[in-house]
Parts: sequence; C-alpha cells; structure tokens
Amino acid sequence: MTAVEERPAAEIGHPRRRKEDKRLITGRTRWTDNLTLPGLLHLAMVRSPIAHARVTSVNVDDAKQAPGVMAVLTGSDLGEEQGSLPNAWPISDDQKAPPHPSIATDRVAFAGEIVAAVVARSAAEARDAAELVDVEYDELPVVLDLESASQEGATLAHPDLGTNVSATWVFDSAEAGTGSNVDDAIRDAEVTIERTYRQQRLVPAYMEPRSVMVDPTHEQITMWSTTQIPHILKLMLALTTGTSESKLRVIAPDVGGGFGGKLQVTPEEVITLLAAKRLGRPCKYTETRSETMVSGHHGRDQIQRLTLAANRDGSVTGFKVDLLADMGAYLGLVTSGVPILGAFMFNAIYKFPSYRFTCTNVFTNKTWTDAYRGAGRPEATFAVERMMDELATELDMDPLELREKNWIKHEEFPFTTVAGLEYDSGNYEAATAKAKELFGYDDLRREQAERRGSDDPVQLGIGISTYTEMCGLAPSRVLGSLAYGAGGWEHASVRMLASGKVEVVTGSSAHGQGHETAWSQIVADRLGVPFEDVEVLHGDTHIAHKGMDTYGSRSVTIGGIAALRAADKVVEKARAVAAHMLEANPDDLDFAGRQFTVKGTDKSVAIADIALATFAAHDLPDGFEPSLDAEATVDPDNFSFPHGTHLCAVEVDTETGGVKIRKYVCVDDVGAVINPLIVDGQIHGGVVQGIAQALYEEAIHDDAGTLVTGSLVDYLVPSAADLPSFDTDRTETPSLTNPLGVKGVGEAGTIASTPAVVNAVVDALRPKGVRDVAMPCSPFHVWQAIQDASTGGPS
Amino acid sequence: MTRIEVNVDGVAYSDEVEPRMLLVQYLREVVGKTGTVVGCDTSNCGACTVHLDGRSVKSCSVLAVQADGHEVTTIEGLASNGELHPVQQAFHDTHALQCGFCTPGMIMQSVDLLAENPNPSETEIREGLEGNLCRCTGYQNIVRAVQKAASDAGGVS
Repeated sequence: MTAVEERPAAEIGHPRRRKEDKRLITGRTRWTDNLTLPGLLHLAMVRSPIAHARVTSVNVDDAKQAPGVMAVLTGSDLGEEQGSLPNAWPISDDQKAPPHPSIATDRVAFAGEIVAAVVARSAAEARDAAELVDVEYDELPVVLDLESASQEGATLAHPDLGTNVSATWVFDSAEAGTGSNVDDAIRDAEVTIERTYRQQRLVPAYMEPRSVMVDPTHEQITMWSTTQIPHILKLMLALTTGTSESKLRVIAPDVGGGFGGKLQVTPEEVITLLAAKRLGRPCKYTETRSETMVSGHHGRDQIQRLTLAANRDGSVTGFKVDLLADMGAYLGLVTSGVPILGAFMFNAIYKFPSYRFTCTNVFTNKTWTDAYRGAGRPEATFAVERMMDELATELDMDPLELREKNWIKHEEFPFTTVAGLEYDSGNYEAATAKAKELFGYDDLRREQAERRGSDDPVQLGIGISTYTEMCGLAPSRVLGSLAYGAGGWEHASVRMLASGKVEVVTGSSAHGQGHETAWSQIVADRLGVPFEDVEVLHGDTHIAHKGMDTYGSRSVTIGGIAALRAADKVVEKARAVAAHMLEANPDDLDFAGRQFTVKGTDKSVAIADIALATFAAHDLPDGFEPSLDAEATVDPDNFSFPHGTHLCAVEVDTETGGVKIRKYVCVDDVGAVINPLIVDGQIHGGVVQGIAQALYEEAIHDDAGTLVTGSLVDYLVPSAADLPSFDTDRTETPSLTNPLGVKGVGEAGTIASTPAVVNAVVDALRPKGVRDVAMPCSPFHVWQAIQDASTGGPS
Repeated sequence: MTRIEVNVDGVAYSDEVEPRMLLVQYLREVVGKTGTVVGCDTSNCGACTVHLDGRSVKSCSVLAVQADGHEVTTIEGLASNGELHPVQQAFHDTHALQCGFCTPGMIMQSVDLLAENPNPSETEIREGLEGNLCRCTGYQNIVRAVQKAASDAGGVS
C-alpha cells in the first residue's frame, strides 16, 4: 500500500485501488459510535411492544430515580418543539398523512414506536433505566394486511384519518399523449396475461447500526449522524424543530452502508438534538440491531396487479399496472414517492404502445417504508421482466426473442417512452449478445431439455432480466413536476492550494461508494496533477456547504460532473495566469499533462507553479482575483439510463424445494467507467441484494403486528456460503446527457437480479405446472408452489 | 467490579470492569480500540471478530472477565512495523471492502481461516466466512482477497 501505483496515461478508466481503504482496513475509523465528547450523555429509547394502542400513561418516576439518569423525556415533555417528522414528497394535493411526532404522545401506530427517551451518564445506565419506564397501553385493533387495508370498512391504522388510503396517483399514456389507451389494447388483444405479484417487505440491513451524537455547547449545534443526507437532514431538522438552519452543522463521518435506509430524518435524530439542547450537554444515541430492525425504515412491500396485452406474434400492445403500496404507519421523507419512481420504469426497455399506472398508497400498523436500494425501480423491473417470461411461455417463444421483438433498437435512440422519458442511448443487442455467449445460453437450454426429458428431480431453470433504470436523481424540473420538495442538483468546488495540491469538496457524501477515489481520478485528469495530490472532502455541512447528498445512483452523474466543471474552471483561471507569466495570449496556450505551453514553442509553465504564483499574487494580470478556486453546481438535463442483460441458471430440487444458483452472468452498460474496480464491486453487491430478495429475505409480522424477523437470526441476510461467484462484463454505450458519458451504477445490480433469479426458479418448475413462486423463493415457498400446481391450488 | 489483566495488541492493561461487560465493550469503551465494531446483538454479523490467544472469537459473545489473563489481537494490532498484514493488503488490492464496517471482523476471520487452512478452496473460504456478514460487496472480492493472501503466502489456491 505504501508503494505508489504505476501512473496510467489517464486516470479515468484506471482500476485505482481506493484511497478510502487504509483507514478502514486498519481500524482507524470514525464511525459515529466511535466518537465521544467530554461530559457525553447517552440515550436509550423506550419503544412500544404493541402495534396499535392508546398510550394512557407513561410513568417515569422510577426511571428518573435510577443511577446516572439525568432526564426522561416523553412526548408531552417535548410538546410542540418536536414538530412532526417530514414527508418531502406529497404525491397529491389531497394526500392524507397522520402527524408524526418523534416521541408518540397519546397513541402508537406500530410496534417499535418510541414512547419515552432516557438520558443517563452511561449507555448501560440509560438502558437499565429504560426498563423502569412504566407505560400503560389501551390496545386498539390493528390493520396489517395491505390488501384488506385498502378496502372499504377496513380497520383503520389511524382512526382520525377516516381511511387507510393516503393517496392515489395515476399515469395514463393516452392522457399524457405518450401513447394510446391501454383499455382499448387489452380489449383488442389476441393474448392477455394477468398476474398478481407480491413485493415482500425488506429491511435495508446496512451493517452499521444507526447512531447520532449532538454537541450543543457551541454557538452552532453540531450533529454527527450515520446518515446518507447531511445536507437534507440539516434543513429538515431546522424546519422540524424550529432551530435556525444557520445554527446547525451536520457531519456524516464514516458511514457504514445505507442502501436508502439512511436516507431519512429519524425520530432518534430529533430526540437526541432536543435532549442535547435541553440539557446543554452533548448527547449520543446508538441503536441495537434489534432496534434497527423495527425502527429503521423498511423497503418494498407492494402488491402489483398486472395485465399485459399482446399480439400472437409477440408484439406487446399495452401494459396496465395497478399497485398497492404499503406505507406502514407513517410517511417518512420520501415514503409516498417511492412507488412513483417506479411508474416510469414498468415499460423498461420496450416499445409498449399503451400504458397505465395506478398506485394507491395505504397505511398499515407496521414500521414505515421508504427508499431501499432501487426504490420503486426494482419492483417495476421485476413486474415487467416476470410478465415477459409469462408471455413467452404463453406464446411458446424463447423469452430472449420475445424481448428483442419488443425492445428499442439501437438505431432508434433517442427514444421517448410510453412513460414519457427520453432515453438518450442504449444498445440492448450488444449487451444481450455478450451475455448469451458468456452464459452458454444454448448449451444450458439443451441441458434443461434433457433434464426435463428424463424427469430429473433436480430441474434446471434459466432466468432472464433485460433491465434498464433511470439514474442520476434528478433533473430539478422533473422533481418539481412530481411535487418533490427539493431540487436534484449537486455542488462541488475545486481548490488548487499554494503547494500545487488540490482539494475537491463535494456535496455528495459517500458511505462506501468510493467517491474519494473516483472524484480524485476525475479531477486529476482535468488538472493534470497526480492522483495522490487530490484530496476529496465531504460529509460535513461546514466544509461542503451545499449538497444534495447520495442516493438514486446520482453521485457520479451529477456530483462527479460538478467536480469536473469546477476543475475546468480552475484550468481557465490558471490559463489567465499562465498567459501572463508566458507573455502570451490565453488562446495561444495548450494545456496538457499539467503544463500550459505556448503553441508551436517550448515555452511552458506547470500548473503547480501557477498555483504558487497565484498564492504569492506578486505579479498577476490586472484585475485578477488571486485564487485558483472554483465551484460548480450542476442540474442535469435528463436522467441517465444504464441497462444490461442478466442471465441466471438455477438448479431446483423439486423434492426439497432447495434452490441453488449454478451460474450468474451479468453484462451491464453503465456508460463510461471512471474506475472498473469500483463499478464491478457495485454490481456484485447490488446483484446480491437482489438475490437476497429473490431467495432469502422477508420482514414478517405476526397477527398482532410484531416483527417476528426482528434480528439477523431470523432475517436472512445472505452470507458468503449462500452465494456463488458471478461473471461480470460490460458493454459501454456512453450516456449523451453528461460530458463524461457516465450513467451511475449503485442500484443496477439490485434492479436487475431479482427477476433474473425468480424467472429462473419458475422456469425450472414449468414442467410441474408452476407459473409463480412467492418471494422469497425459500424451500418452503418452492415446495408449496409445486404442491399447489399438482393439486390445482393457488399459484 | 472485577479486576482483569488483558494484553491487547501487545500492551498489558489492568482494569476494573463490571462482570456483565462484554469484551467488545471493554475493547471499545475502556481500551479505546474502536476499530472493532458492533453490528448486531445476536452474534450473527461477526463485525466484532477479534483474536483471543490467536483464535478468532466474536467479542460480543465473550465477557471481558473471560479475557482475564489472555491475549487479544484486534484489527488495530494486525499490522506490524507499519507494514500491513498480507490479508489487509489483499483486501485493499482486490477491492474487498466498500463501506468497510464489516471489514475488521472479516479480516480477522480471514486471518484465522488461513492459519487453519493455508490453501483453501473457494467453497472452504465461503464456508469459513459464513459467520461474518457483509452487505456491500456480495463477498466476491472478499473471496478473492483471501485467495490472493493465500497465494501470496505460497499456497496454490
């Protein structure tokens, strides 16, 4: 690690080992829970074990007398100061939402909701005292099942709302002018496929539990938090608690994974902030994993009713999507908008002539849902890719041929989809051809036929997913048209220091993605300085004063481009100084390899020397500001659209229901690649999270609303032993919407892999008459599907 | 309170601890070895893995008093004389970490795995790391890192 790597001709595209690694592999890390301050107090939360109840009394007398306890806070103690936790994405003018206090006042609506907070001198004392808080509950009926919750007369998650329906949102291609009427298409179709799929509830399960520390002892209050969104959090804390925005500083130090799960303004952050303000002492709260499971927001949880209309030749004529989306008990930061992100992706890579998407957001008495890796897009991709396989089966066509018949041809880009997005580029033919070859598609189909012929108890299934997604959230105008509460720009600044070293400040705060390495590569190339000379700063609202943070595969396509633009502005500033130093016209200078050279001569000056001359400022052009700093704010014109073809072969033991992934090939087109090591890593991890949904994970509540998969014992985050190695490859079709041609890669694997695996499982069981297996495709669900098919039961 | 004598990363410590204190709490809160982290409360995730007398243990499942008279090695004591341990180096070289939260435990377990089996197959590596969860990498590059460390040390792998 001490050895300097060989210097490549260009940093962009080079598999740089990451800068971030050294502190992480030696344990010299700054996780929030590692931090401490003099006089630090610790919080423990008292949580409701009951999913729906009136809180009739909260007796804190014994807890207050316990050793080390400094305060016990209840909802009524915090009163109006705690405000209501924010929902930044009201999807309709008449969206219904209950008030969402950080500490419940008179009613709890899910098991795990906070009813009191204990502040003590040690974490152990706080937890001991939390056991002494005596809460009396008057239980209310619970509504847990999404389907029944959506119906008239259902038990109400929030009786005061008078309904469980939060909002309904519709996109219709006939009304939008992007296509024809889907009802006509279904009426006139030669073939229709109707299916209902369940997107089970998932837990993001980032490895670092959430933690927050607040220091109120300065003029400005500082919060350290395990958050993906220090900038958004700062603004939302100000709006929620009435604290002046300019009196808050939020720092996201090392953050141990997020996957959307740390894209939230949490009750725990608000409570710790208010406790610190009241007591005038630094306060910290770190959750246990059991608390993460019930109180960190969950993901997915939708029911999809789907109708695909097609002609017998395989050309799809329309797709109708009716979605029920489980909000859980409350609307978090973007809870209500997550299904809407999927609305633009159900048509995927295909030229469907008609499309209607209707989404009904529904409350239940469960942990609230919100963004989880892919956020709306994995659900949409699953639906369409499963349906294409079902249609192929119905028409007895090869599922890849069916897809090719319907997808947008390479020469047809740019292409405006039936959902109204303009796809700038893509080459589905190239990615699919490469994947087929790597996979050995034809050989595996032959083997499958043999096993079917011999009635082998272990059947082979082949699953396909030709996905696309929208990345780079998001053009601010689009967000405005969807009633999202903020823009989608990103900010960066680049500073050339006197010594020639470079500081890059980015508003996109990383939590494992490798921004420090990738941004260094981008800026090193633009400025011609060594990779090692670039330092990337982020995750502190004092240092990176503007930003929109990290989610939605947005970082490189927006934040990376902001860094590039700022670097280019530095070069232009340096050009003026170089021209002055070389007594030449700025237009006569070439900039390459860290040197400005007068065209046609050997007169040159290095950018590092310009940095020093600018710092000294002894002899600069008249009127030139002595600074080689520049900033840029980038608001994208369009999304970017990665795509790819994932092929999965599974072996399914029809006697035990066991599923084993035999081969998994992914060919992804994420546009130009800054660092192939990082891109491959994102794909690996993303694919596994999608496989986890397909085969292993589900958050299950019992009839009383208690999460029974409430620890990592029951909630099956897969281990190394559960997984194979993958064959990854790429095609490279540059995005036309940004100067680097990059597309974003953070969510691609997750979006692609779930339908590839489930399609494979179902494909293996087709000879048994199975046409669906409920996720996760556990041995039990597989076995159940086989039994149902043989007895004519539900499928 | 009970007095314990523990050698942590080559330094002898003598401390009074509550009998209920976990080894991981002792390391983090008393000794200041915050490189070792807590990821769960059911001993599933392995993020807290350290070596006790040279063998890997989940330090959330060991009481501090059980470490009395023993030697503990944490991720912070693995490098020597400024040189990374070959497994640390391999994790860096093969991009076997992203957020890095599981990494200390994953590295400590990998070191133990290789001590026991210097030339493991891919299956043996995957099974040997079964008690350590990672949510970022999909494990593929972690497996590669262990393979690389094995082959760098002279195994065939």
